[in-house]
Amino acid sequence: MRDYLQKYGAGYVFLTPWAIGFLGLALGPILASLYLSFTQYDIINAPEWVGLENYEYMFSFDTRFYKSLQVTFAFVFLSVPAKLIFALGVAMVLDKGIRAIGIYRALFYLPSILGGSIAVAILWRQLFNQDGVVNAALGLFGIEGPYWLSDPRYSLYTLVVLAVWQFGSPMLIFLAGLRAIPQDLYEAAEIDAASKPRQFFAITLPLLAPVIFFNLVLQMIEAFKTFTGAFVISGGTGAPLDSLLFFTVYLYNEAFSFFRMGYASALAWVLLIIIAIFTAIAFYSSRYWVHYENERG
Amino acid sequence: MAGVTLNKVVKDYGKLEVIHGIDLEVHSGEFLVLVGPSGCGKSTLLRMIAGLEEISDGTIAIGDRIVNDLPAARRNLSMVFQSYALYPHMSVRKNLAFGLSNLKMPKDEIERRVSEAARVLQINELMDRKPRQLSGGQKQRVAIGRAIVREPELFLFDEPLSNLDAELRVQMRVELAGLYNRLGTTMIYVTHDQVEAMTMATRIVVLSKGYIEQVGTPHELYTRPQNTFVATFIGSPKMNMIEAVVRGGTVSVPDFGDIALGGGAPDGKITVGVRPEQFEIGSSGPITTQSEVTLVEYLGSEMYVHTRLPSGRIVMVKDAGKAEHKIGDKLPLSLIPEHAHYFDADNRRLPIFDA
Repeated sequence: MRDYLQKYGAGYVFLTPWAIGFLGLALGPILASLYLSFTQYDIINAPEWVGLENYEYMFSFDTRFYKSLQVTFAFVFLSVPAKLIFALGVAMVLDKGIRAIGIYRALFYLPSILGGSIAVAILWRQLFNQDGVVNAALGLFGIEGPYWLSDPRYSLYTLVVLAVWQFGSPMLIFLAGLRAIPQDLYEAAEIDAASKPRQFFAITLPLLAPVIFFNLVLQMIEAFKTFTGAFVISGGTGAPLDSLLFFTVYLYNEAFSFFRMGYASALAWVLLIIIAIFTAIAFYSSRYWVHYENERG
Repeated sequence: MAGVTLNKVVKDYGKLEVIHGIDLEVHSGEFLVLVGPSGCGKSTLLRMIAGLEEISDGTIAIGDRIVNDLPAARRNLSMVFQSYALYPHMSVRKNLAFGLSNLKMPKDEIERRVSEAARVLQINELMDRKPRQLSGGQKQRVAIGRAIVREPELFLFDEPLSNLDAELRVQMRVELAGLYNRLGTTMIYVTHDQVEAMTMATRIVVLSKGYIEQVGTPHELYTRPQNTFVATFIGSPKMNMIEAVVRGGTVSVPDFGDIALGGGAPDGKITVGVRPEQFEIGSSGPITTQSEVTLVEYLGSEMYVHTRLPSGRIVMVKDAGKAEHKIGDKLPLSLIPEHAHYFDADNRRLPIFDA
């Protein structure tokens, strides 16, 4: 034991900060929330064990739960493909080798750094307000812009646009993926009489599949967890008419407005399971559409 | 089948000109090899013929059609790349069929051509594999297969064997030569390997720094190199080059002695080229010298002897494999004037004894 400590002790000491962080800030709270999801807990009084009651209520009676699921799914299914397509488009333009490409890359990446912040959500609210910049611009052309944020018919789409605007990180990954496709495949395709669209669908897309898959999974998880923009723009409530009641916004309300920590924990676990299921579906389906160059056949 | 005509073809990248106005006639049905050291412009030239590289000036015609502005797909040619450039996500069958389906060819015709190519190249059992499941030689076969299913007027090869190991390279060389004999289609083949060029070509074009040094059959290039570049580039091991001086129609070859050249050589500096097999061992020749063996490369059927002349110059001499030489041996050498090559001060061949 003494020898062992002498040999490896220093290693464990170096591991300690990480271990404390992981156990105290990640694993601990995760397990605590699992426990809390089976209780009623208002922070002030001790948690009271209620078994599956939180889950039963959620699935049987909670219409706002279903509404929040609907909003979140709609957002995921709209924003993820839109963002990936937009990111790929920009990456392909940048891949053509433009002058000062570094500047463009930085500029295009900027929204992704700012995008998750409160400040940008507030800015977005100003832009798309009833009398904001967007409607003022439309007004110049004699178009009377709708109430982008306060009309439940448009509010979700406005958030989708905000999400697509943060295309920087998938774009950079796509750009790296495009750069990795050997140029002589395109030359061979050129001689093989493949048109540009055919080259895109027959060569670029299949060879980019691993990168598309990676971006898809990452962006999907990101989209399920969207919070800041929806919270700020809806004033923290999911308004108008619950059209921005994202799952995370609902969860936050239950936890920190109504102090139903037990129920909020149950919601969090349901979200985790939903994300896990969709990630698993993505991985399962990837067998049929993702080709890996160095895979053993 | 089609010939190719290059007329004053120039390639530049901005201010940097890499091909300087090349004229070349590729005859229909010939196996033309472009050979030269790296950076000589041979691949660029091939890619310009293929349509993968724009032509800065001059014209390229395939058959009697000028193709300068014609996209690669419409030049009716096939190309085999050094990297094979097989589509990694497609099976061998799809790799072969890809170009044909782009041309909207009927399915049964595609099927016929693909299975014909598979039979010719003996890749039948590989048809459903992906490129990553193939060895280098198999990939090479598939790449050639993809070229022949097009049944083009012209085949282009860009160093197709340089990624193979030595043994396979020799085997594929034989197969390519066999393919050429069977198809009879015009082939333009780029290589930096002069052995490949010599063994496969009907004619060779030697390029250096964007200029053509010489065009000719392998035999012409070997026996009548037009300048010192071709003389030393073609032939392995290299030709021995001995600087000498001409005075009054007579050249004094250091270590050996004087050769009367007649009126063919002006006074001044000259280079005398002698291939290793063109020396005669022994002192029976018209001019002779004594040398000392410094190294022996024994190859079985033959050997190459590095030997030091009295002046300290080392020359290489070929002898039969059954000969016995060892380091330090005295070796008498004779130079036969009619067998040697003579180049003037500008490195151009002097047509002495060429008649």
